[in-house]
Amino acid sequence: MDFPEELKYTEEHEWILIEDDLATVGISDFAQDSLGDVVFVELPEEGTEVIAGKAFGVVESVKAVSDIYSPVSGVVEEVNEELPDTPEMINTSPYEDGWMIKVRMNDSSEAEDLMDSEAYQAHIAEEK
Amino acid sequence: MKKTPLNQLHKELGARMVEFGGWEMPVQYAGVIEEHLAVREAAGLFDVSHMGEIEVSGAEALPFLQYLTTNNAGRLVDGQVQYTALCYPDGGVVDDMTLYRRSADHFMFCVNAANTDKDFEWMQKVLVESGLAEVTLNNVSDDYAQIALQGPKADRILTALTDVPLDSIRYYHFAPGEVAGIPMLISRTGYTGSGGFELYLPPASAENLWRRLDEVGESHGLVPVGLGARDTLRLEKGLALYGHELSPEISPLEAGLGWIVKLDKGDFVGREALVAQKANGVPRRGVGLKMIDRGIPREEYPVYAGERQVGVMTSGTMSPSLKVGIGLALVETPYAKLDAEVEVGIRGRRLQARLVRAPFVD
Repeated sequence: MDFPEELKYTEEHEWILIEDDLATVGISDFAQDSLGDVVFVELPEEGTEVIAGKAFGVVESVKAVSDIYSPVSGVVEEVNEELPDTPEMINTSPYEDGWMIKVRMNDSSEAEDLMDSEAYQAHIAEEK
Repeated sequence: MKKTPLNQLHKELGARMVEFGGWEMPVQYAGVIEEHLAVREAAGLFDVSHMGEIEVSGAEALPFLQYLTTNNAGRLVDGQVQYTALCYPDGGVVDDMTLYRRSADHFMFCVNAANTDKDFEWMQKVLVESGLAEVTLNNVSDDYAQIALQGPKADRILTALTDVPLDSIRYYHFAPGEVAGIPMLISRTGYTGSGGFELYLPPASAENLWRRLDEVGESHGLVPVGLGARDTLRLEKGLALYGHELSPEISPLEAGLGWIVKLDKGDFVGREALVAQKANGVPRRGVGLKMIDRGIPREEYPVYAGERQVGVMTSGTMSPSLKVGIGLALVETPYAKLDAEVEVGIRGRRLQARLVRAPFVD
């Protein structure tokens, strides 16, 4: 499993990439592997407000429904429009093609408390 | 948690294990969709050793079975299998199962794993009530492992390991025979709708058989299949699963299983209630449901006709073959019309769907 160093991670297994005050959000390699085949994705519309720790979307595997939580607060600036038609990209490319939303953050310092790759891997090891 | 004789092997194969009906079972190996499609197009190998086996024998075995079950066991011949159910006096379902006739005075049930003890106790209770003396009941679940080999390539794979002429075993029939030198019951039955066999064998030989089938099957596209795909395979074919489409609160007539309820065969447990249900018409009916909007209907999601909730989903999934949301629903009879457009409540939204006849795939 792969956990890129340049990303930060949440306890609920989302990843976040920060570029100035723009955050790209998806789910981690561990999350996609645990879910199994992703067959449905529900994402917010552009302009929607998201709140740190609150669900902004849903992914469904064949068997289960899971909420996706926003790691930060802000406004959705861009949505991965290809995902609803090809939800399997979350399995095949969780950090690249499988990104979900880009959020213009209200407060870019909010992401500072999130886990780095090493801390996240320790978190996963604990959860197992 | 109980373990099947193949537990260690599943872990070696990298299966993801889950608790199911008190058993630790593989839910998936390579992935549900891949496993599902392999069974539809080639073949799949399933460990279903958790299923229970209960033997009924003795001179009065048949009259007892006629009183115990809803289907007509009197129509079975040696080597034949029948899909049947046990009902409570109010018409609710104790369990659904297959019944094997080994000889005129020797039968075997294959029952749902989680229901094995409940079924066995129920059978003992009904036996006492029946007043029949020449009947012996045996829970022989520990004597059998069960491996299902399912899919269009199943015959070719099994033929490589046995001298038994498989063509002579017709659908819903079985024969004793050796496969890979192991004595077993070879049954042309299954829960996938893709053809194939269910093999009943001594637990000590299960791993050997699995490995031999895997070896021979590899070039035919055989893959191990977990409970995840077992569920999507049965759902695409509209097959009922106990606890979902059938339960103590859902009668076989409501579930659309009138064909296994033989009201004219003589008295049986639940008959009176089922006769009344049939005369008055069932209040709810099981129907297939296919999404028009994009979305996946899941168990317990409400079904609406206009503003009114008229039913509830009993099972649902994304169909790996059709790539659309499908499911089975229990709907108030006046609304349970084929081709009717309904809505499913999914996370607070109403999404369009159509009621259809199951199976969803040919």
